[in-house]
Amino acid sequence: MPAAARVAPFSWGQLVVLGGLALVPLLDYAMPSVQLSAPSRWVVVFAVMALGLNIVVGWTGLLNLGIAAFAAVGAYSYGILTCEIYPFQVGFWWGVVLAGLIGAFAGFLLGAPTLRLRGDYLAIVTLGFGEIVQDGLKNLELITKGTQGINPLPAPSFGGDPLASTDVSLWFYLYLGILALVVFLARNLEFSRLGRQLFAVREDELAARCMAIEPDKAKLKAFAMGAALAAVSGALGASVLSSTGEPANYDFQVSILALCIVIVGGIGSITGVLVGAIVMVGLNNVLLPILTQTLQRSGIGSTDNVFSLPDNYKFLIFGLALVLMMRFRPDGIVHSRKAVRK
Amino acid sequence: MTESEVFLQQVIYGLSNGMIIALVALGYTMVYGIVELINFAHGDVFTLGGFLALTIVGALGAAAILDPNAAGESSHWLLLFGLVVGAGLFCGVLNMTIDKVVYKPLRRAPKLTQLVAAIGVSFILVNIALFWGGVPMESFGGGNAAAAPKDFPEILEGSNLLGEESNVVLRLEDIAIFAITIPLMVGLTLFVKKSRLGRGMRATAQNPVAAKLMGIDTDRVISATFLIGGFLGGAASVMWSVYNNTISFQMGFRAGMDAFTAAVLGGIGSLPGAMLGGILIGLIRAMSDQYIETRWTNVVVFGVLILILVFRPSGLLGLKQREKV
Repeated sequence: MPAAARVAPFSWGQLVVLGGLALVPLLDYAMPSVQLSAPSRWVVVFAVMALGLNIVVGWTGLLNLGIAAFAAVGAYSYGILTCEIYPFQVGFWWGVVLAGLIGAFAGFLLGAPTLRLRGDYLAIVTLGFGEIVQDGLKNLELITKGTQGINPLPAPSFGGDPLASTDVSLWFYLYLGILALVVFLARNLEFSRLGRQLFAVREDELAARCMAIEPDKAKLKAFAMGAALAAVSGALGASVLSSTGEPANYDFQVSILALCIVIVGGIGSITGVLVGAIVMVGLNNVLLPILTQTLQRSGIGSTDNVFSLPDNYKFLIFGLALVLMMRFRPDGIVHSRKAVRK
Repeated sequence: MTESEVFLQQVIYGLSNGMIIALVALGYTMVYGIVELINFAHGDVFTLGGFLALTIVGALGAAAILDPNAAGESSHWLLLFGLVVGAGLFCGVLNMTIDKVVYKPLRRAPKLTQLVAAIGVSFILVNIALFWGGVPMESFGGGNAAAAPKDFPEILEGSNLLGEESNVVLRLEDIAIFAITIPLMVGLTLFVKKSRLGRGMRATAQNPVAAKLMGIDTDRVISATFLIGGFLGGAASVMWSVYNNTISFQMGFRAGMDAFTAAVLGGIGSLPGAMLGGILIGLIRAMSDQYIETRWTNVVVFGVLILILVFRPSGLLGLKQREKV
């Protein structure tokens, strides 16, 4: 299609958000008391996951409540492929790429039999899959080390030299580069033939079929792509932690955090997802922990009093975000240009 | 313990838990039958029922009432009955209010929008339960560890009805579960079959527009459905707490998934299906605990859920239906 060839690599909105994120390490120099680069890596990790979820939920209209399970698949693949206790030790880059491929395969395996289900049933199947993966990882201690997680895992490396764990601004810029690449790819998908097929399936499956689109195939591709990005995000997160963490780190709450990012930011809009990631992860991984620590140190907040710690309001915030967005602004903060509401 | 005694014991556990699951499953299936919404928050309404029950027990001064020497059996039964009704009414009204405030404005929105809102409500309720656990009451351990599981006092005496020398244990709690759940289920079935409102429910489930044209106040029917579903969930939460002697703010997720699986297994929208499904899930859990491993039981239940959805989405007793275009 000639129209697709003339699309700029990034939209203005995306450039503004990515550019804004690039200023974060500079803030660290300006305000040494607040170090934002290190937690901001999680903005990238969750933005990649949410961009994957956006392909499935936003563009194809399939509700996936188990996206965290694919992040777990990615994280554990990365762990097994790179950890020194296993024979592979392929290093950061191959680890991330292979984790993405394995994630896509896992998405294909789950999607192939289940994608013909009705929307709400599919949502529950993905939720069940998420729980199965968690329990499976916990119980198969021989391979996954159970609740200990696989560690240590390598940091990103350039030409054989791994980044030092103190080198957070360089680490952050590297992750931001990966995010930019993912945004570029997602935008290409959005304007591609397959992207238009996904929108058509979302709007009206029957009409799409009449236009010679095969909805099942299109859905499966979307599902696998979403799973691949979630797996890449899992691998990136495991590299930050230098561990896969325990399986419970990939629970339903994480899937809902990713869903909140997509819905609060703007379902179907890449820029929206980026904004959503900054807002939600900023809240979840930066603002609430800092507030909680400050209150604890000042003596106002204590673990004995559940009301006094901001961390304990997380569920309430997530829940209210979902309910209020659905009620008053189902298109999110940033409206998607293409979303046509039914 | 002989092989058959072990099996019999698991059957007793399975049936008791299954009856509780069935009660919760009825709440899912009734709501789904009428408004086609997976009421994701139902499990967390159930949680709050357990918290209310523990609060009442604490406020009454559990120790005084539950002292086996101070009070006869009848007062224990009275307490249990009071808790079931109290938690039931609370959960019923809560469920109905949630519908009015959150779901009703979204009735015409896409299904997934409603489901996402229901998940949101679920998270809000989880947080409320977490805060509730921080209430400074003796029965909540002083409220210092809000997130920790709370002990629920033994309301019915735990002696073995089959005699102390028997290897198979059947306790008064098991009997109480049947004595409370079976009348509720029979009552519900009769209500839906015979009463005017029940007829309205069946009509609304079949075709809401036609029901409205026939003069049925569908809004009222929907409210009643949420009320009854919530009541059953609340009653189940009391039975569950008494049976398991512990509650936690996240227990609704697990119980809710079991119950939803039961509803789907039986055929969602079908009342006898939910009852059958609940009992089957209870038995499957008990057998998996015994013959596979406890830590794989949740995987087994979710496996069952996925297999049914993929191969027989209409469940065991549900009608085959085509998705409306």
